[in-house]
Amino acid sequence: MNVLWLQTSGCGGCTMSVLCADAPNFFDLLDNAGVRILWHPALSVESGEEVIALLERIVRGDVPLDVLCVEGAIARGPRGTGRYQMLSGTGRSMFDWALELAPLAQHVVAVGSCAAFGGVSSAGGNPSDAAGLQYEGSHAGGILPPEFRGRAGLPVVNVAGCPTHPDWVTETLMLLASDALGPTDLDALARPRFYAEHLVHHGCPKNEFYEYKASATRLCEIGCMMEHLGCVGTQAVGDCNIRPWNGSGSCTRAGYPCISCTAPEFEEPKHAFTETPKVAGIPVGLPSDMPKAWFMALASLSKAATPERLSKNAVADRVEILPSPRKPRG
Amino acid sequence: MSGTRLVVGPFNRVEGDLEVSLDIDDGAVQSARVNAPLYRGFETMLMGRPPSDALTLTPRICGICSISQSSAAVHALAAAGGHRPAPQGAAMAALIHAVENAADHLAHFNLFFMPDFTRPCYADRPWYDRTVERFKALEGAAPKQGIEARTALMHILGLLAGKWPHTLAIQPGGVTRAPGPRDKVRIMASLTAFRRFLEGVVFGGSLEEFAAIETPDALMAWDTGDVGLFLRIAADLDLDALGRGSGRYLSFGAYPMSSGHGFDPGLWAEGRLDPLDLSGLVEDLSHAWMLGETSHPATGQTLPDEEMRAEAYTWCKAPRLNGQTYEVGAIARQVVDGHPLARALAGGGVLARVAGRLLELARTQGLMEDLARGIEPGAAFMDPAPDVQSGTGAGLVEAARGALGHWVRVQDGRIACYQIIAPTTWNFSPRDARDVPGPLETALVGTPVAEGETTPVAVQHIVRSFDPCMVCTVH
Ligand code: SF4
Ligand code: SF4
Repeated sequence: MNVLWLQTSGCGGCTMSVLCADAPNFFDLLDNAGVRILWHPALSVESGEEVIALLERIVRGDVPLDVLCVEGAIARGPRGTGRYQMLSGTGRSMFDWALELAPLAQHVVAVGSCAAFGGVSSAGGNPSDAAGLQYEGSHAGGILPPEFRGRAGLPVVNVAGCPTHPDWVTETLMLLASDALGPTDLDALARPRFYAEHLVHHGCPKNEFYEYKASATRLCEIGCMMEHLGCVGTQAVGDCNIRPWNGSGSCTRAGYPCISCTAPEFEEPKHAFTETPKVAGIPVGLPSDMPKAWFMALASLSKAATPERLSKNAVADRVEILPSPRKPRG
Repeated sequence: MSGTRLVVGPFNRVEGDLEVSLDIDDGAVQSARVNAPLYRGFETMLMGRPPSDALTLTPRICGICSISQSSAAVHALAAAGGHRPAPQGAAMAALIHAVENAADHLAHFNLFFMPDFTRPCYADRPWYDRTVERFKALEGAAPKQGIEARTALMHILGLLAGKWPHTLAIQPGGVTRAPGPRDKVRIMASLTAFRRFLEGVVFGGSLEEFAAIETPDALMAWDTGDVGLFLRIAADLDLDALGRGSGRYLSFGAYPMSSGHGFDPGLWAEGRLDPLDLSGLVEDLSHAWMLGETSHPATGQTLPDEEMRAEAYTWCKAPRLNGQTYEVGAIARQVVDGHPLARALAGGGVLARVAGRLLELARTQGLMEDLARGIEPGAAFMDPAPDVQSGTGAGLVEAARGALGHWVRVQDGRIACYQIIAPTTWNFSPRDARDVPGPLETALVGTPVAEGETTPVAVQHIVRSFDPCMVCTVH
């Protein structure tokens, strides 16, 4: 299976993230799975004319294209011309190239939230009129229409994340290479279920604090960050706390909130990222699949029952009160 | 080849989009124009948002120097609020930043720069077979070993910053996670493994011995490791003479901490060191597709010219300090910091830039180890900063690729103005109103182009010697 990788309007961070694939390294991992990189802008030797010649061969059908990976949103501005991003040396916009290449590929993979939904590239009034491949924010239809399908029948596979986790990309490619990713393996936003069927909340080390609503009040305290510090891990999809990042990390493990970077429009929370918006002192945006009244009732009950260990530790920089050992049985 | 114009692109292994137009005559580049063909609009996106949003959004300007952007935003907001971070927090922010810079230097050498010497045009050189074996893109041993060592080093960022890139761990008050004793020994273990890799494979010798080299002759005599291979190539192809710089260097100073900078700030020109004074700094817009006046970044704005007028040729503004261009990057930092080898190489071309990076990689290892040894597990790592209601501030830091500045003005608790000058904005700036070309444009003049070359290899060496980051340039 061959892969052509294009970087459109984005930060290049998904490639940087993917290079952190652990054991085996990114190159061996793909090679062992029979995935061959036709060209990647950060990794291949070919530059200039050699690349243009390759693109032309693909367009002519001389080189069949198995997977087109697009990293970055597509800048459509100014005024729909796409000239905010020209593919160097070709006199054509990336917008144009993406529209030409996508229908030629067996599979189109959007690497990261920019390519999937527009992401940060479309934040703040969207100055470059950027959109995702098959979504514009949460609306179906990006530069490609909602009914677009790759030649093999899948919609654009949205490996969303900002950045995306290295394994989300490599496992998607390995599944495609072994013909093991079908339409039912994607969620409603076409994100691979293997990571999108989890919530960031699953496996967060602050779960016990959450159970008792023992909350951190400032970014450095170890309590749960849902009540005050903007954490939306109970609604955000991702296995970030099940399979770690960079060895043993995750956002919440490092003491800052999950901002749901795998979701469309995460870049516009309508409040400061690290603050929880509240109405009458009650956080808005509670877990989406739980009746609010029940949540409130449980929260007030558990708050009343909070052990001192948790209420004190929640607002400390490090564990101050240890779990007490079981009393020896008399 | 005479009297031709060559448009070179897409330019890969440069992080982002780049196109270079060359006027060629008598087998050499007569003049060059550098085009950053992407516009993104981050400065506009930030307007009207809560100041702390800059900590989430600006790192996403760049996936390769994300921590540098975080750190510039943090310093700008801290300055605007008149706040100082907890000293141990600032030290951890420095360590996190140093890990990113070290990883970037390694990635540049192994993945971006060296593969060009595996091109068939060098097949008759005595070093060719060895270089192919080591550095062939996607397949050679060095790219694989390099990313494995980088991945392992970045486990430090998993611990301290949660993930890389794009962390929110660095805040104006310090860092969000207080490392404990076990983190400290784990960080030391990762650093020791990285040292072993650098000494065993990259340098083929002691980092301290490499960092102690004072003269270009002694440098060229270093014949071990991948560095030795590079120096052999550099001597054979005379890379010192290729793409020479102006000798004017600028550094904002790397790793600001309560104890001072890891590498000092300053300006170097005409063989003299001056203190950093940015009062004469402007961004010139004459050849950029930008509207508005030439101004200091504290009062600047970003208004894209949708017409893309014909006199302009890039989305990159042209920073000038006291009317002059400056080169930034590892060599600039090391020259300004006073390293004797860097000073001796000042004004040089491809060799000077790459050697400056290797020298800094060797020195950064020691710096990271000192920072890790200095972790006080019982200390406060955060002194929370109140939200900024109004004020102005500049965040001046050093990304791997050079000086990075954020200038912010906060009014009524919202961002009223945000301007960024990235390292590559300096190095790859276009001509200014006096028609003075930017540093890369100048360095390319005189570059040999062989008959029939469409993507001249010497041009590629020079471009990549700057380690450009185009996505930052066009924020
Ligand atoms: S910090 Fe966020 S992810 Fe962790 S337990 Fe609290 S709500 Fe869940
Ligand atoms: S924890 Fe949340 S913000 Fe962090 S990477 Fe996962 S989904 Fe994105």
